Amino acid sequence: MVSKKETIKLILSNVKGYRKATTLSIIFILLEAVAECIIPFMMSKLLNALSSYALSGQDFDLMINELIIYGSILLGLAVVSFIGGVMAGRYSAKAGCGFAKNLRESLFTKTTKFSFTNIDKFSSSSLITRQTFDIFNIQQSFIMITRIGVRSPIMFIFSFIMSIIIAPNLSPIILAIIIPLVLIPSAIIIKICTKRFMVLFDLYDEINEKVEENVRGIRVVKTYAREDFEKEKFEKESLKMAKGFRFVEQLLSATNPIIQTIMYISMCSILFIGSTIIINNSEYDAINDVITFHSLNIGDISSLITYCAQVLSGLMMLSMILFFLIMSLPSIKRVGEVLVEKPTIESDVDGLKEIKNGDIEFKNVNFKYDINADKFALKNVNLKINSGETIGIIGGTGSSKTTLINLISRFYDTTEGEVLVGDENVKNYDLVSLRDAISVVLQKNILFSGTILENLRWGNKEASLEEVKKACEIAQASTFIEQFKDGYEHKIEQGGTNVSGGQRQRLCIARALLKKPKVLVLDDSTSAVDTKTDAYIRKGLKEYLPSVTKIIIAQRINSVIDADRIIVMDKGMIVGIGTHEELLKSNDIYQEVYSIQSKIGGAK
Amino acid sequence: MKNLFRLIKDYFKAHPVVITIVIVCAFLNALGAIVAPIMLQNTVNLIETGIKEGFSTISNDFFLYLSLMITFYVISIISGFTYSQLTARYAQMYLHELRVKVFSHLEDLPISYFDQNEKGSIMSTFTNDIDTIRQLLSQTLSDFLICFVAFVSVFATMLYSSIYLSIVVLIGSIAMVVTSKHIAGRSAKGFMKTQATLAKEEGYIEEMMNGLKVVKSFNHEEEAIIKFKEINNQLEKESRDANKYSNILMPIMGNIGNFLYIIVIVVGTLLFVFNIDNLSLRGFQPINIGILVSFLPMVRQFTNNVAQVSNQVNPIAMAVGGVSRVYKLLDEKKEVDEGYVTLIRAFVDEKGNIEEVENNKDTNCWAWKHPHKETNTITYTLLKGDIVLDDVDFGYNEKRLVLHNVSVYAKPGQKIAFVGATGAGKTTITNLINRFYDIADGKIRYDGININKIKKKDLRRSLGVVLQDTNLFSGTIMDNIRYGRLDATDEECIEAAKLANADSFISRLPNGYNTYIKGNGSNLSQGQAQLLNIARAAVSNCPTLILDEATSSIDTRTEAIVLSGMENLMKGRTVFLIAHRLSTIKDADAIMVLENGRIIERGTHDQLINLNGYYYQLYTGKFELE
Repeated sequence: MVSKKETIKLILSNVKGYRKATTLSIIFILLEAVAECIIPFMMSKLLNALSSYALSGQDFDLMINELIIYGSILLGLAVVSFIGGVMAGRYSAKAGCGFAKNLRESLFTKTTKFSFTNIDKFSSSSLITRQTFDIFNIQQSFIMITRIGVRSPIMFIFSFIMSIIIAPNLSPIILAIIIPLVLIPSAIIIKICTKRFMVLFDLYDEINEKVEENVRGIRVVKTYAREDFEKEKFEKESLKMAKGFRFVEQLLSATNPIIQTIMYISMCSILFIGSTIIINNSEYDAINDVITFHSLNIGDISSLITYCAQVLSGLMMLSMILFFLIMSLPSIKRVGEVLVEKPTIESDVDGLKEIKNGDIEFKNVNFKYDINADKFALKNVNLKINSGETIGIIGGTGSSKTTLINLISRFYDTTEGEVLVGDENVKNYDLVSLRDAISVVLQKNILFSGTILENLRWGNKEASLEEVKKACEIAQASTFIEQFKDGYEHKIEQGGTNVSGGQRQRLCIARALLKKPKVLVLDDSTSAVDTKTDAYIRKGLKEYLPSVTKIIIAQRINSVIDADRIIVMDKGMIVGIGTHEELLKSNDIYQEVYSIQSKIGGAK
Repeated sequence: MKNLFRLIKDYFKAHPVVITIVIVCAFLNALGAIVAPIMLQNTVNLIETGIKEGFSTISNDFFLYLSLMITFYVISIISGFTYSQLTARYAQMYLHELRVKVFSHLEDLPISYFDQNEKGSIMSTFTNDIDTIRQLLSQTLSDFLICFVAFVSVFATMLYSSIYLSIVVLIGSIAMVVTSKHIAGRSAKGFMKTQATLAKEEGYIEEMMNGLKVVKSFNHEEEAIIKFKEINNQLEKESRDANKYSNILMPIMGNIGNFLYIIVIVVGTLLFVFNIDNLSLRGFQPINIGILVSFLPMVRQFTNNVAQVSNQVNPIAMAVGGVSRVYKLLDEKKEVDEGYVTLIRAFVDEKGNIEEVENNKDTNCWAWKHPHKETNTITYTLLKGDIVLDDVDFGYNEKRLVLHNVSVYAKPGQKIAFVGATGAGKTTITNLINRFYDIADGKIRYDGININKIKKKDLRRSLGVVLQDTNLFSGTIMDNIRYGRLDATDEECIEAAKLANADSFISRLPNGYNTYIKGNGSNLSQGQAQLLNIARAAVSNCPTLILDEATSSIDTRTEAIVLSGMENLMKGRTVFLIAHRLSTIKDADAIMVLENGRIIERGTHDQLINLNGYYYQLYTGKFELE
């Protein structure tokens, strides 16, 4: 487990390259805040001069003089604050967006380094949320902190000091009253609300899931005429959530009246206590009709009120930031988890780049997905496959067929025993070279948005159109591709949803062929292809890739019937190896599958 | 905009009394803001007399002002509290009502709506758009109201204090509004662009994460990162531009406020030193310090309000889009149902008369209750599952028919299969039987009754359906089976599971029938989910079944189990069967071969083979179905 501090440090390291912008934005914010804090002070100076002029018989010229001096100082301060604010805005935009860019990039780059074990651990959907929703949250908090988080403490401290300078006998009392009055309720509210919000967000997700479930399953809902039933269920859940949110929102909106109350208390006290102090501490010279102010002047009242308001808003902002920070902590944690995750498989730096041939050997291999699991997914596998051989693998769901082949290209590492390709342990190879030599058509076929050609060239960037066409011919894909008006330039939508399942599978096979591999693995890759086309594909593979080791996992016995050897798997073990005829004689499971299939078809 | 007012109107209509109170409270709350400066003026003006003639001479006025100020403050605080509590409470409640309304409406929309609209966009209306309404109701609108009230009342107080100074403030405020409009417009444009790029980036992330294993198997990591960087850098550039404008908005507004503040005091001082009479609502009077002292905080407040009101313009404009999408959904026409023939529980007495059962008691016997208006009589017909499609035409729109002259006769207990390429119209036919869509011409009769006369819900309740997509709902396995018939007992559900061959895998689960299913059964295999669907259809005990590609995505060994479960289910029922693998339909009573919306061949398997036509070629593998 990584500590919170380290996680935050890791996330903050993404400021790199934008340090200057971050620092500058903070400096400019400081400038703005300080200037803005001095303005009321200068203002009170001017007002005091004015009241002296009115009440203490000050000279007219002196008054005009002071007006000019203070007026220009004020104007100067306003200009400084203006420039500071605008520049801070620009730099903080640069810093905030740059930080987000770096963070997104580190996260994405990190995930591409993940091994299958890492991917399984997080699941794709959670990796997506972490890179979208969570990053967005963090970005928002970063901007908040660099802007308001710097500004409000300064405003708070400065206003605090200024108010004490102006009225050393009045301000400490007022501040001593209002600060705890703000802090205590906001602390309580934040504590309760953040806790409740976490629960409510889960509820919110559940409600959305409910809606999604209904939109997706609307045919079922309507078929069983369950509209009213669903509405009732939904209303119940929605009400539960609404009540929860109502509580939190009501609590949160209590802050405004509380602040208002505190503000009003302080205004009353400043005004009336302040007035009394002024009256009691001033002398009136009746002969000259002159008043001398000793401790407090009339102008000070106005600036005291302003400072008091600034102290309050500073405190409010701070608690708001704290609130947002707490709310974004789970996001920080989730992003941090990805950043600190160590890829379980890393390429050997001086790994071999040359794969001699397509020989594959499993030596006493045991494998489990999770070290702590009690059950092995593969048990005691010993197997030797020769270069150029065609191997079929048959077995029910959960018999670990896919697991077996995933070890060959080192998507996972064995728990015990070793896997050899080209007479060399797979761990000794450079990972890129190994995976270039072994082409796997995964069970979960995925095409990416882009043209057919772009998709196929995943297999080999430099493949010429001729090569691509050849691969498609072998994979029996050229006929339907050429039927598209734009042929190989035909656009594939995200996830390949605009081609049929069988077409998608054939494109995936073609893509794998373009790699010119030494080993080709088809993991249930022709399940949506009709039997005849399936046979043509196998024929093509045999003809054009005689030296390539071909491993074919299939549901249909038809797809492996002419393999050199067929492996039968059950519960993570190899329970039979042999040709179709041999297995039909000797292997119970094989016989069973064959008899079911010839009964319900597909055998035709 | 129209929709925004509609929302406000609807909101008001939902809680008229409360919202009236809210508005009254908002005004009362502003009292504090009005009273403070006036009392400030009066008190400051007392100070001079106080110093000159001693505190006792002013104490009466002094305490009067104090108590007045406290009184108004208390009123203001109480109404402020009431206001904010009510707003928070009723915004949430209305949101709940709205959510339920939208959901209920969604449930009542015809299937065509779901076929024509993407799941994602429906979901986005439900989440994002309703969320903008939440923002609007609980924050934006109430902020707007409060700011507006404060804006008006502060301005009135300013006029009461000094019209000259008010004019200065007004001119400054106009400058603020103009600048903010300019900057906010630019930032809004920027944010729209950013939003589009963000969506692109998130789409890319989604695609790459879902295909991460493929990426790795093709050593495609570097390329993926390069492309990601491209989008990510573009996003950074655009969002920096957008944020630049939105970030400088507040400082600019705040500093125009500062300038105003300074101008006001300079102008005020000038008025004072040159002895110019102050014009206010009270008429001409010499200006005094009290006015200046109280005017300054008002300037702050006023400019803050102007800034805040102009800040609300953007969120409101953004919410308008969301609001209109929600109303668009609510304005979608609900599925109409003019049927009046209902499905009731019945029993048949010795003479063969059908009678309705009281209290909906379970009799295992259903009948159609058919009231006749003209003769004021009721006839009962037993539910048997006799379905006739007579010369049916259908098109999704009036211009193009997708089914032509389709006639199908299914006697109770018969198995009718449909064969044909994708798009030939197999599923469409089943969609007509349960009236997900209405036919253009021809007739469909169910037990001799035109299905247009049957209440849709009752019609659908009499038809069991198992589709290729296994839709399960979050809840326990038992809940999911019971979905077929809500009053089924646990025993009946287990019975149905046994019939569907689902019992053995369910009882092997650690929590058995109480296993909780999440996310459409992601913790079950495809085959297991399909077995539950079959059990669900079994428990509904419908006389008619529609099986649409029910075994397409299941591996062979599971398929054998599923098929035998289906065999059990099909016994004694009228079945419409659509299957990809011809072997599963060989024993159907009739096979309809469809092409381009027409039945081109019909008959039993043997008849069709002897016909040596399209079916024969399909069966012998000369054609492929794709």
